[in-house]
Amino acid sequence: MMALVLNEEQVMLKESAAGFLADKASVAALRELRDSSSEQGFSTEIWREMAEMGWAGIAIPEAFGGLGYGYIGLGLVLEQMGRNLSASPLQSTVLVAATLISELGNQAQKEALLPAIAAGDKLVSLALQETAHHAPEQTTMTASQDGDTFVLNGDKILVLDANVADYFVVIARTAGSKGDESGLSAFLVEADTRGVNVTRRSMVDSRNVGAVNFVDVRVSTENLLGEAGQAWDGLSRTMDIANVGLAAELLGISTEAFERTVEYLKERKQFGKVIGSFQGLQHRASELFAELEMARSIVLRALHAIDDSDEQLPLIASAAKAKLCEVAQRATNEGIQMHGGIGMTDEHEIGFFIKRARVVQHTFGDYNHHLDRFAKLSGF
Amino acid sequence: MSDLDQFRQQTRTWLEENCPPAMREPMKNFEDIYNGGRNPVIDHPDQKIWCERMASRGWTVPHWPAEYGGGGLDKDHVKVLREEMRRLGARPALDSFGISMLGPALLKFGSEKQKQEHLPKIVRGEIRWCQGYSEPGAGSDLASLQTKAEDHGDHYIVNGQKIWTSYANYADWIFCLVRTDNSGTKHEGISFVLFDMATPGVSVRPIKLISGSSPFCETFFDDVKVLKENLMGEEGKGWTIAKYLLTHEREMIAGFGGAHGQPLGERAVATMGADTSGRLVNSVLRQNIAQYQLDTVVFGATMARIGDEAKAGQGLGPASSIFKYYGTELNKRRNELNLAVDGEGALGWDGEEYDGGKLSRDWLRSKGNSIEGGTSEVQLNIISKRVLGLPDE
Repeated sequence: MMALVLNEEQVMLKESAAGFLADKASVAALRELRDSSSEQGFSTEIWREMAEMGWAGIAIPEAFGGLGYGYIGLGLVLEQMGRNLSASPLQSTVLVAATLISELGNQAQKEALLPAIAAGDKLVSLALQETAHHAPEQTTMTASQDGDTFVLNGDKILVLDANVADYFVVIARTAGSKGDESGLSAFLVEADTRGVNVTRRSMVDSRNVGAVNFVDVRVSTENLLGEAGQAWDGLSRTMDIANVGLAAELLGISTEAFERTVEYLKERKQFGKVIGSFQGLQHRASELFAELEMARSIVLRALHAIDDSDEQLPLIASAAKAKLCEVAQRATNEGIQMHGGIGMTDEHEIGFFIKRARVVQHTFGDYNHHLDRFAKLSGF
Repeated sequence: MSDLDQFRQQTRTWLEENCPPAMREPMKNFEDIYNGGRNPVIDHPDQKIWCERMASRGWTVPHWPAEYGGGGLDKDHVKVLREEMRRLGARPALDSFGISMLGPALLKFGSEKQKQEHLPKIVRGEIRWCQGYSEPGAGSDLASLQTKAEDHGDHYIVNGQKIWTSYANYADWIFCLVRTDNSGTKHEGISFVLFDMATPGVSVRPIKLISGSSPFCETFFDDVKVLKENLMGEEGKGWTIAKYLLTHEREMIAGFGGAHGQPLGERAVATMGADTSGRLVNSVLRQNIAQYQLDTVVFGATMARIGDEAKAGQGLGPASSIFKYYGTELNKRRNELNLAVDGEGALGWDGEEYDGGKLSRDWLRSKGNSIEGGTSEVQLNIISKRVLGLPDE
């Protein structure tokens, strides 16, 4: 196993991402997108710059036009995006969709899409979730074969960047019934295909999410990713990777919220003293700091587990997501509480962190989902 | 064949020829650890033989320099030695505060004469050391210690009392914090001295704990004569050494938070049963165990990360406080969960049916983990001030 430290190249990537995002895709930029009711939901111009820096292809193999940096590289960028609450299609397209295409797609499918994703030219999003909670085996959306086409019918929610995606990777059932892991298939569907209806939803974090309805949508059998009914393993590994990436984002969110809060504790005066001198607050901050150190370790461990093809990845990924959900919840809650009244105002930025944190926590399984899975995978 | 492979082969042969069969049995309890000393506590005669044989090669402390009796091995060779010992199931030949605490401080702060004098005896297990830090009035506030060392030219006369001195009743020598000056701040005027526990005026009384064991003592000094050649570092600069050693101690205690044998969740299923989907029958306990086990995984990842960062030359800093705090709280949780899993079986105090009360005694002993070596609250103070930079006033 590689050592759990960043090498020089990774440190440089982290620092350049930090500088770029703080400059161009900060919390203030998110506020502006929100207040201007941006249809796009992110800045195309800045996404273009990110792609030019290679971020869109960071984890995509060089053979498909990417940088081949692996998921550690992507995780470092996601962490910095968490710190700045940067809006971009990096999660939907690069972390999730490109991973699933890599997992399930054949050579021709990968050649058709991965280089376009790596170049920042195409946006792709996974259409998976159907109910209020993450439960892929509960999928009811159907795809029935009709000659050399499949006909897709069903409703999806929490589709990231649904309103701007060029393609969807849609999970539908070709066999079995609700609750079965087998019988699920993945299809590549162009967003402008007849019968695909996208509705943008307004979420608490002001980021791009939508509902997508599929009504008698016909796609060629060539659009099937992998074998019919056999999507589970690739989907499952993609979800593990996605959750590790989200854990990295949560690490950035939590760390930033915490650091801002500690700075506030050093400034705010009450009873004639800075409130950071009160032991009641000091110990809470220190406990949280210890938890953040644990969080940083498990995220790094999990990113390594992806790049090392560690067979423990499912367990480590759930551990990472569960821990980061727990820590992010605590860090953002304490962030509001320790800021006091000003923390409740929309004018102050700390509120943006708690909002984004909860959406990321929920996406692809929250604390309860992943702690339960962690226990199950641990044999109890 | 590479040098390392050759070393492995030679080590393997030597261990097979020299490790007594009884020393290849797994250790069952604390007493199976050999601590050495003038009058060693011996559970099996082979403990002494094994220690002597290993010490002849310096392998009781393989990473110390050979000139001081150590093995003089670099970290790759140490790793091979440990791997070969594990392969054979060989027990560590010697463990002591001399190795884990005083030795590193001697190497860093001791004079050449002191190193020559003390390190080889630690390697050979001839002298067992104890640590004289806490006092009745100086626990969390360690620097307010009052044990006094009066200057008498070529020697000091030491008067005062220490408490929580681990295994003072078995120790031959003590490394001790004493006050040589009262005029400055409390951190100034502290000196670090070494002396023989057989010196007239030293007396020791073990303290019985709630767990029934007596690992700690009260130690009394009544006009104890300590030659000045036994002062380590400069007079009045003992606090620097004390802090350095506390870091070591914290890491050692934090290590209790690491993995322990069979994972608790599995053990709970074996003890209490599971439902048809394999989940532990009691869902509340299942959640508690899952949270605990999750934290052991993240703690393990943190130990690995900090270890790798240290190897890469990135400083440990006040990270030992985070370890100490987190590891000991984790160990307390594990012990509470043992009680929940084993129920009545964990409440026995004596008798074979309760394995001599191991679970209940370990549980009670674990309560001290977040007190000794600096309480959890002191660790949080250190993080607040030294890491987060939060002010006093």
